[in-house]
Amino acid sequence: MDIQEYFSLVFSDYTLRTITLGTAILGAVTGMLGSFAVLRKQSLLGDAISHAALPGIAIAFLITGAKDSNILLLGALVSGLIGTFWIRGIITKTHLKSDTALGLILSLFFGFGMLLLTFIQKQPNANQAGLDKYLFGQAATLVESDVWLMAGVTVVCLFVLLLFWKEFKILLFDADYTKTLGFNTKFIDVLITTFIVLAIVLGLQTVGVVLMSAMLLAPAAAARQWTNSLGIMVFLAAIFGAFSGVLGTAISASQNNLSTGPIIVLVAATVVVFSFVFSPSRGLLFKQIRFIKNRRDLELHKTLAFMYHIAETHEDISHPHTIKILNNFQGYTRGTLQKLVKKNYVTLDGNMWSLTEEGFNTAENLYNQQSTSNE
Amino acid sequence: MDNIAVKVDDLTVAYNYKPVLWDIDLEIPEGVLMAIVGPNGAGKSTLIKAILGILKPIAGSVTIYGNPYDKQRKLVAYVPQKGSVDWDFPTTALDVVMMGTYGSLGWIKRPKQKEKKAALEALEKVGMLAFKNRQISQLSGGQQQRIFLARALAQNASIYFMDEPFQGVDATTEIAIINILKELRKAGKTVIVVHHDLQTVPEYFDWVTFLNVKKIATGPVKDIFNDNNLTKTYGINYKVSIQK
Repeated sequence: MDIQEYFSLVFSDYTLRTITLGTAILGAVTGMLGSFAVLRKQSLLGDAISHAALPGIAIAFLITGAKDSNILLLGALVSGLIGTFWIRGIITKTHLKSDTALGLILSLFFGFGMLLLTFIQKQPNANQAGLDKYLFGQAATLVESDVWLMAGVTVVCLFVLLLFWKEFKILLFDADYTKTLGFNTKFIDVLITTFIVLAIVLGLQTVGVVLMSAMLLAPAAAARQWTNSLGIMVFLAAIFGAFSGVLGTAISASQNNLSTGPIIVLVAATVVVFSFVFSPSRGLLFKQIRFIKNRRDLELHKTLAFMYHIAETHEDISHPHTIKILNNFQGYTRGTLQKLVKKNYVTLDGNMWSLTEEGFNTAENLYNQQSTSNE
Repeated sequence: MDNIAVKVDDLTVAYNYKPVLWDIDLEIPEGVLMAIVGPNGAGKSTLIKAILGILKPIAGSVTIYGNPYDKQRKLVAYVPQKGSVDWDFPTTALDVVMMGTYGSLGWIKRPKQKEKKAALEALEKVGMLAFKNRQISQLSGGQQQRIFLARALAQNASIYFMDEPFQGVDATTEIAIINILKELRKAGKTVIVVHHDLQTVPEYFDWVTFLNVKKIATGPVKDIFNDNNLTKTYGINYKVSIQK
């Protein structure tokens, strides 16, 4: 099956439709919530949460002995939340920095989870196979009820987001100030964090413990490049996330046996790279272009200013001077002289140059502009 | 000095084992423009943060016009140090100033025309109206400070706490800010400022509190801003020539 075929089948084929819808919704909700994680400088929180969810999955299996995905995800949710609030506790109660706390909890929980997984594998229970799909995810195991669950959580999340938009925004920007206004910052914080945990847990089946944090960060990081408005950023992140989900699923479905989760993450990463390079205001490409252009303008102005100082000494501003004098000016090149001629600031006559009236006035005004634009 | 705007009783704050503030009693009369001065680590910012409930004190209480601070939050505005937030946050100057109205709005309600008008007026007062749609990362340090001031003005409070509003701003902005503070005082508001530049205390303020973990002195600048209190606070012989 090639990609074209995939897109012709996606609406009719039940399995494809379910998986595509699932990854799209997942991408949208993680992108949305990821914006908050990124802006709070808690990028690594997603990684810690997803790893912290692993022992919950194993324990839920050990208790119930069944592989019902909803029950396993409930286990993941509980241990994800425990891990998260443990991290918060460590940060507020000790003097450890947040990266240390995150790393600590991440490895502790993941280690414990792996231990339980290997323990389960040793059990004489035929049912145990396949738990390791939560490590790297397996989108193919998504069924309709999973998608309904994701859609439900996304709708609730959207509702809460719109309801508490103002509170989320001010908390993200300035938490201390928010407190002085009388808002219960702990409540807002717990609300955001709980939804982040929920979104991550929902993604474990599809993308897996190891790569889940990329779903949170990549769309948000890409979206930040394109806008300076929080609302648009959250919206774009949702779009980028959904796009990565759909395209990732399409590629994986058309190239048989390629694992979906990693491809979704790679697509998301490509969106990030593209955004870093090509975004008009923050992108590297246009930044570089602007930088080069500014430099050239500056060189031109400096040369003109140098000529202005020479011309100033004469009563007649268009009095010709030898080009050799310009070699005393460090930034001088023939190229800049040609450009000045082209702009009608300077006229050349053999080895002599002279400022035109226009050039003289421009040079004079350069200084004025600079003295007024400096606050 | 008829009304006491802020009253602090037995306030003690500690990080770990060492107290940062020890047993502070403080009465700030209504309508003063007060500087809090003291060396680095004296607890000046901590005092403000503890009064505003950002930090939890070990002991002590704060009352605003005789009632517990929790019930009087709407009377109090706060201008944090401008370095305390990430200025690359995706939002505009007007949006930040509008945050000043969030407290009176309360939960869930969105800012409407009335709030926008208050924010625009505040922006105009600090001379930043032309920058209202500017992305905040593109503001200079002085402009950022003005935006923070405007946000507090938009709260339309009676008491203003400011944490080093003159830090890292140029002379033009400093004059603009002090003029606004003096206008606030003229309007009967109470303004409390953490301040570093001792030279400007007599010129800018009419009330001063000397702080170094303990409260050294508090009162009118003309009565207590002298070498004796400066020496007690800073621990070295201070010879500031003070123009009275």
